[in-house]
Amino acid sequence: MDIDPFIFRFSIFILSIFIGYYVVWSVTPSLHTPLMSVTNAISSVIIVGAIIAALADKSENVFDTANIFGFLAIILAAVNIFGGFLVTQRMLAMYKKKKKDK
Amino acid sequence: MISSNFLAVFYLISGVLFILALRGLSSPETSRQGNLFGIIGMAIAIGVTILSVGNFSTGFLYLIILLLLGGSIGAFIAFKIPMTAMPELVAGFHSLVGLAAVFVAISAFLNPEVFNLGFPGEIKIASLIEMSLGAAIGAVTFTGSIIAFLKLRGLMSGSPITFVGQHYLNLALGLILLSLIFYLCKTQIDNLFWTIIIISFLLGVLLIIPIGGADMPVVISMLNSYSGWAAAGIGFTLENTALIITGALVGSSGAILSYIMCKGMNRSFFNVILGGWGATDQLSSSKTKEQKPVKSGNADDAAFLMKNASSVIIVPGYGMAVAQAQHALREMVDALKKNGVKVTYAIHPVAGRMPGHMNVLLAEANVPYDEVFELEEINNDFANCDVAYVIGANDVTNPVAKTDPQSPIYGMPILDVEKSKSVLFVKRSLSPGYAGIDNDLFYRDNTLMLFSDAKKMTEDIIKSL
Repeated sequence: MDIDPFIFRFSIFILSIFIGYYVVWSVTPSLHTPLMSVTNAISSVIIVGAIIAALADKSENVFDTANIFGFLAIILAAVNIFGGFLVTQRMLAMYKKKKKDK
Repeated sequence: MISSNFLAVFYLISGVLFILALRGLSSPETSRQGNLFGIIGMAIAIGVTILSVGNFSTGFLYLIILLLLGGSIGAFIAFKIPMTAMPELVAGFHSLVGLAAVFVAISAFLNPEVFNLGFPGEIKIASLIEMSLGAAIGAVTFTGSIIAFLKLRGLMSGSPITFVGQHYLNLALGLILLSLIFYLCKTQIDNLFWTIIIISFLLGVLLIIPIGGADMPVVISMLNSYSGWAAAGIGFTLENTALIITGALVGSSGAILSYIMCKGMNRSFFNVILGGWGATDQLSSSKTKEQKPVKSGNADDAAFLMKNASSVIIVPGYGMAVAQAQHALREMVDALKKNGVKVTYAIHPVAGRMPGHMNVLLAEANVPYDEVFELEEINNDFANCDVAYVIGANDVTNPVAKTDPQSPIYGMPILDVEKSKSVLFVKRSLSPGYAGIDNDLFYRDNTLMLFSDAKKMTEDIIKSL
């Protein structure tokens, strides 16, 4: 008997929740703000769905409504990807250790 | 064109890189490398997706243009945003993820062949459930984050908006949503799908308006979590491993942060979500406070006290962020250190408007992160400290949380500022904090109130040092 591929994806999903659980608990509290901005950036990987939706041309007309929604989603996700990673970078660059002045 | 197996392997690699990006945040040293992993993961995901579609016609050109357009807007915001505005920035970004999820779901609904989900009017039931869940959570995230953004930005009052039957209305809307999804699967009628999205937009607004300003750390974390679940829902629809992994990571990350924030306030998650805190008790506390004597001082008194202390603990709060006092604060600490005073910083989990807010502000002011401590690490040190300098914090130091079971903040872990030999409170007035409760500490003998703007007072202290 074949297993429904959904079950495989569901397994990946559940295991990823566990990975997330353990990884996030090990994040130091002082980096919780960068954690939020970086999770924000990576959740914009939803852009892959947007790209597929935007570039799909099933018929002769160049843009149908579905394509347009795809393109709109691309802009939104792109703002998030660049904004999220760069602002995280900017924050992380500020965390410095004590200088050896003692 | 790449085969779909090949594609899946690359998505898996992206997912692993995202896990490493979060793992890097376990210490500041590894965090920058982690962020780089995240960027590589994203580049791989986008790159292979474009290759797999293999359509390099006009649409591709538009794709590149829009990517650059969105990217430059994002980059511009990222470089320009002041660190004090991080909470609203994150809320704003969450709204974009939510809306993007809605758009992708709409696109998949209108054009299911592209994603191998069936045909319009004959979409696979499982896909239909997944895409409507993704769209609904995305829509709630979108409008909820907009409200959070407006509240954080001060464009909308931070006080809770409540009305009779609010929770029942939300519950009813939730049940309507579920039944609409059920009927959508049965009938495949377009209008049901649009109704689901519209109701979800409405629900997002209704869920966030009753939550007050001080609870924003929980709200932001919660919306962070929602944006993850929305991404995971879309990931199931598109059968995309990278999205499923990422959605699960982000969803659990936001959930953990919400839990930490709730614990920092000793409130249950539902208590926060149901909202309405801080709207009561304001009157009763304002009546009594006039009668009690308060010792107030000026910058010279504070400078004298701290200069002659051997150890000082700084307790920053949201007021420091509002006054942008972090740079002045660090200069004051530098001056104190020159006088041989040992200075450390104590940060309460819910200080500020988002998790880790104070840490970022102090880092921005070049405070070394190994001088900054969390509540559990430093709380015992207050007993041996000469001066606690409380700048813009209030409720998180209120001893009533330990003594008065009637108090709304009873049981909340607090910084034991009261145990230090003297306490300096920089505050504009005696007004109670967001929780609306009077702080007993203001009237203690060893407390000196410094009535002024946090930044101005700190600068004046630097002058008299």
